[in-house]
Amino acid sequence: MAKMNMIEAIRSAMDVKMTEDPDVLVFGEDVGYFGGVFRCTAGLQEKHGLHRCFDTPIAEGGIVGVAVGMAAFGLRPVVEIQFADYIYPAYDQICSEAARLRYRSAGQFFAPLTIRTPVGGGIHGGQTHSQSPEALFTHISGLKTVIPSNPYDAKGLLIKAIEDNDPVLFLEPKRLYNGPFDGDPHKPAISWAGHELGEVPDGHYTVDFEQARLMREGSELTILCYGTMVWVAMSAVKATGVDADILDLRSLLPLDLESIIKSVNKTGRVLVLHEATRTSGFGAELIAEIQQHCFYALEAPIVRVTGWDTPYPHALEWEYFPGLERVSDAITRMMET
Amino acid sequence: MKKRSNTSKLYIPEPLFRPGDKPDFSNIKVPTEHSPSRPDPMVDAYKTEHMATGLVRVLKLDGTAHGDWNPNLSPEFLKQALRHMMMTREVDTRLFAAQRQGKLSFYMKSAGEEAIAVAAAMALDDKDMVFPTYRQQGILMARGWPLKNLMCQCLSNEGDPLEGRSIPVLYSVREKGFFSISGNLGTQMIQAVGWGMACAYKGSDEIAIAFTGEGATAEGDFHYALNFASTYRAPVILNVVNNQWAISSFQGIAAGQSKSFASRGLGFGLASLRVDGNDFLAVYAAVKWAAERARNGGGATVIEHFTYRKEGHSTSDDPTKYRPRSEPDAWPFGDPIPRLAEHLIELGEWDIDQHRTLREELKTIVRDTYKEAEALGTLATPSTINPATMFEQVFEEVPTHLRRQRQELGI
Repeated sequence: MAKMNMIEAIRSAMDVKMTEDPDVLVFGEDVGYFGGVFRCTAGLQEKHGLHRCFDTPIAEGGIVGVAVGMAAFGLRPVVEIQFADYIYPAYDQICSEAARLRYRSAGQFFAPLTIRTPVGGGIHGGQTHSQSPEALFTHISGLKTVIPSNPYDAKGLLIKAIEDNDPVLFLEPKRLYNGPFDGDPHKPAISWAGHELGEVPDGHYTVDFEQARLMREGSELTILCYGTMVWVAMSAVKATGVDADILDLRSLLPLDLESIIKSVNKTGRVLVLHEATRTSGFGAELIAEIQQHCFYALEAPIVRVTGWDTPYPHALEWEYFPGLERVSDAITRMMET
Repeated sequence: MKKRSNTSKLYIPEPLFRPGDKPDFSNIKVPTEHSPSRPDPMVDAYKTEHMATGLVRVLKLDGTAHGDWNPNLSPEFLKQALRHMMMTREVDTRLFAAQRQGKLSFYMKSAGEEAIAVAAAMALDDKDMVFPTYRQQGILMARGWPLKNLMCQCLSNEGDPLEGRSIPVLYSVREKGFFSISGNLGTQMIQAVGWGMACAYKGSDEIAIAFTGEGATAEGDFHYALNFASTYRAPVILNVVNNQWAISSFQGIAAGQSKSFASRGLGFGLASLRVDGNDFLAVYAAVKWAAERARNGGGATVIEHFTYRKEGHSTSDDPTKYRPRSEPDAWPFGDPIPRLAEHLIELGEWDIDQHRTLREELKTIVRDTYKEAEALGTLATPSTINPATMFEQVFEEVPTHLRRQRQELGI
């Protein structure tokens, strides 16, 4: 066991897989010699060689397109898109190609590639360094979408993603790279150093997809969240004193619906949290499933606290971000209904 | 202060001829001198400039072969090539008719472009992966994929290797080095570069070869492909089939003021050739040259195949709505099938009777095979494909939510 922040855990996952499997290649913009703008690939080129970890031209569609070809050949590319906000040029390759290759070729070809990309706000990233585009990908059949909230899960989920024979979009909440963040920007930053989920095994292990993590067990309310919002939820529950189940979904598609249903049937109340904009966001999917499967258990309308339906602003970040105050207010109001 | 002026006018390229016009291609020079000469395949990419703007040709319209690009193939090999090209056209004719009979939903012919696919396939090793568009069916003939499989794919019947998931023509034949065709244009160009990079990474002597029409060179993926191929010196051959038409848009819409599509390769530092696409020998020689360059570590080559789409874009298209009916006949580079036949006749290896006999033989094979394929079902008969297969191979294993949806369908 070692203490790792999320950056180190992600790097460790790639290091483990590159050591085990010569077919694992890592590439993207600035990931080679420099080690990535967030340091996630630092040292990998030096350790594994220029051919295993290298820089690419600035062309997201090219990065993913090349990876699809390599993966179809039989390699296991792990590519980085520097910010999720810049993944759109690769959208065609992800949705029309990587996600459909197995289906349209009846299994003759498939694309076991992993696309890593930093997501989420809370870092004054403005419109193009803060987005949470997960719903644009969970809508795509043939693609798996996962998002860790802590170093332990980040490493285990990433190793799982690299080993998975389907294309996986691996979203990294960059606000959590160095420590958990509860949505209150006025508190001093916390590091992963003292946190139990910052204890990460050095070697190989995996975290399964379709397995939510029960962050906290309670009886009055179910909070469904992922990424940075997991820590906002934890803090808000503490602040309000409500006895809530907090489920970190970890894998959005495939989704651990079973754990969600079990929790909602127990509590009868549901709060859905995400940073992404509200309309047609992933929360809508969660709510639709819950009302279908837990209709008779529900004691109150399902509430969602999300980013507003606007582009992500710069100066008004804390009015936009669904932080501690907004989530706490929502919890309090819900418990009164 | 002097008032600034703007005298630029919005320019919209238009084809030379529209329906009702009499097409006259005297503006297109058919080279009679069979140059440029053939350089060493490892030549500096920038020294291919004259080939990128010129036209590599071997066969004159009189059937004689000239110049040092002549691959000097044996008559037996050329007869095989002729057979594959004629087979491609026969299959196209039969399946087009089947679409008109309502037996399949859609079809796309490759009439006039058979030399490109067949020559490329015959110039390569069967294990070199091809990343085709929907108009390189000649590769499947040359590589010997059973016709019945091809026809069953188009019929989406129980013999369809793709289990009825794709529209006709979007084949996928891994066993024949034929990558899964996507409906999304251009995407396979950059994937081929990735495949080539993987070959190089693994130290394999295989290469990748990709095709695009000239219309889809306007897609971003074309730019990605040339750039990445250049950056990583990927062993790939990037082919642009310039058949002059992207559905109803003439090539000038995609080309702008460019002299040739091949010349776009030069800007990326890639060897670039422009070839008479109706000349089997020239296409064969160019692909062979590019393959040698790729296998020897010289990186990618861009080849523009100058040809003409003789028929409509697809069964859903009527070309007389945007170009003169007689335009295909006015095209000055002829038809690749008679041109190769002429060459064999010129060599004393072929005659009209043999040609007629071969054509009848192929017609019979196609007719009989089609009957066998049709017996397994058509679009007009109720599908016998198990609906449960619809949920399979979305992922490696059927996940919970798809199992639930399968149950919803009652299976």
